[in-house]
Amino acid sequence: MKDDHWLVRPATIRKMWIFGIAFLVLLTLADLTFKGYSNFWIDGTFGFYSWYGFITCAAMVIGAKALGIFLKRGDDYYDR
Amino acid sequence: MTAEWTFPPGLLLILGCFLVPVLRGWARTGAIMILPAITLWLVWQVPDGVNGSLDFLGYSLHPVTADPLSRLFATIFSIMTFAGGLFALNQNRIAEIAAAFAYAGGAVGVAMAGDLISVFVFWELMAIGSTVVVWCGGTESAGRAAQRYLLVHLFGGVVLMIGIIAYISDTGSIAFTAMQADSLATWLILIGFLINAGAPPFSAWLPDAYPEASWSGAVFLSAFTTKTAVYVLIRGFPGNEILIFIGVYMIFYGIIYALLENDMRRILAYSIINQVGFMVTGIGIGTEMALNGAAAHAFAHIIYKALLLMSAGAVLYRTNTRKCSDLGGLFRTMPYTTIMGIVGALAISSFPWTSGFVSKSMVSQSAADMHLTWVWFLLTAASAGVFLHAGIKFPWFVFFQKDSGLRPKEAPMSMKLSMGLFAALSIVIGLFPGPLYVLLPFPVDYVPYTVPHVVNQLQLLLFSGLAFFVLLGMMKRTLTITLDTDWFYRIALPWAGRRLAYAFGPIDQYIRTGFLNKFERTMDEVFKHHGPHGALARTWTIGSTVLWVAILLVLYLLVYYI
Repeated sequence: MKDDHWLVRPATIRKMWIFGIAFLVLLTLADLTFKGYSNFWIDGTFGFYSWYGFITCAAMVIGAKALGIFLKRGDDYYDR
Repeated sequence: MTAEWTFPPGLLLILGCFLVPVLRGWARTGAIMILPAITLWLVWQVPDGVNGSLDFLGYSLHPVTADPLSRLFATIFSIMTFAGGLFALNQNRIAEIAAAFAYAGGAVGVAMAGDLISVFVFWELMAIGSTVVVWCGGTESAGRAAQRYLLVHLFGGVVLMIGIIAYISDTGSIAFTAMQADSLATWLILIGFLINAGAPPFSAWLPDAYPEASWSGAVFLSAFTTKTAVYVLIRGFPGNEILIFIGVYMIFYGIIYALLENDMRRILAYSIINQVGFMVTGIGIGTEMALNGAAAHAFAHIIYKALLLMSAGAVLYRTNTRKCSDLGGLFRTMPYTTIMGIVGALAISSFPWTSGFVSKSMVSQSAADMHLTWVWFLLTAASAGVFLHAGIKFPWFVFFQKDSGLRPKEAPMSMKLSMGLFAALSIVIGLFPGPLYVLLPFPVDYVPYTVPHVVNQLQLLLFSGLAFFVLLGMMKRTLTITLDTDWFYRIALPWAGRRLAYAFGPIDQYIRTGFLNKFERTMDEVFKHHGPHGALARTWTIGSTVLWVAILLVLYLLVYYI
């Protein structure tokens, strides 16, 4: 089936990536405009929330994937 | 106690359980809408303190007791019953709605119970009501899940009851006040509460049972059991440090399992445990701000989690499928449901200008204030993780992703209205947190909207979103489930039972056959002597009887004269 909804066209998706990345860069740079309140020193450093959010999420995805190797079963596992 | 009796608000919903099934048509719709509204009104008529008492086995029970904390929870339970009832108006299985009313009445009852015995009575009522709601899923697997669900909750109830009895015999008091887990009695009460909160190792009951309920049943289920557990923990065990560890475990358990999950409603079920984990952590921290945060988060959570399950319920209602691997692209024909699902997803992720932002951040801030360094870093990582596993994953795989070819109709009007109500509440609470803060148990000294807080939260969440799309390939949906602790009672225990029967079978058989052989031989012997042809059972002729009597007489005479 040909799907021509504007939201799923490759051109739209490419634009969303470009604008998304640009927004993320600007958002990180916004750290420079204010003196943030810090609880533990490192959380007041430049870009902390940006890299911390990305790294911890990547770790959770990879961790889940690793755990899945041991714990995943077919979805009829209990019906067999 | 001479205080005047006030009508217990929860009792109205419990009576509604019997009223709703006998009504028809508009009368039924009216009752489903009006009873929760009157309940809410009644909750606000209850003055602070004890209102009336009831004598039971020499103890005076205080089933209608109010303070800001109980009023907060009774309020949200009433609102939830209203919206859940509205969402379920198209539900033909009226037993489900009736049971949901009893279940909700139990929840309001727990929130207003002033003593441990009343807590226990309403607690068990909830277990029964919720089991019927699961069972009303109608499928064979729902029936089996309801049985497992009931077993876990009856077990939890027994633990709680033993704890309460031990507590009463220790202290002589049935008052429900703050405790420390420092004796067998208080530990058992804590464990009974935690089982309902979905804490380890009993967390598996929740993702096992809730997704088996009907499209409307899961909405009710998401609200009451775990949040009454949060309520009783706030009242009973504030500041018990162990709750911090349990809460943090629940947070990450929910994220990891939700990331691996394929069933859209099971994703949301795991994320209930994740969210309750934030509340349990706050209760463990135990400062006024942390307890306020836990209570506010429970309030906000009931609304946005019900909203998420409503959007999932609408999809299930229209498509009859729950698996992400079969869904996708539904935004084309269900745009309203999509937007409602996204609002719920943003609220659960604590996006600025939603309810989650103004409630959850109080828990994180209290961890920082108490210098709980590792707790704060884990909570912050988990906040990003919530966006990952629920905030993006749920709407992405259900409404966007690939084109599944499904073109379902938009949700019916009653569903649209209930979703609209809760979406509006999620945003209004986020924009104007003042009224919610006024309802909290302690005075609030917290300003959620500062430039750094908003910007930092956006950075955290949007970079979490970046991680999601960068690693999308690793999250491809598969037709799998993930093993959990329910494996022990679904596979290991029956297996062990069979092994036991196998190992002890021969010994058992040897003993039984040995006994039976012996018994048979004895019976043969008895039969030989006493049976129809046995020497002792024969019929004697009169002649031989006379002869034997004569012989006995002679013997007697001889003995007499000797």
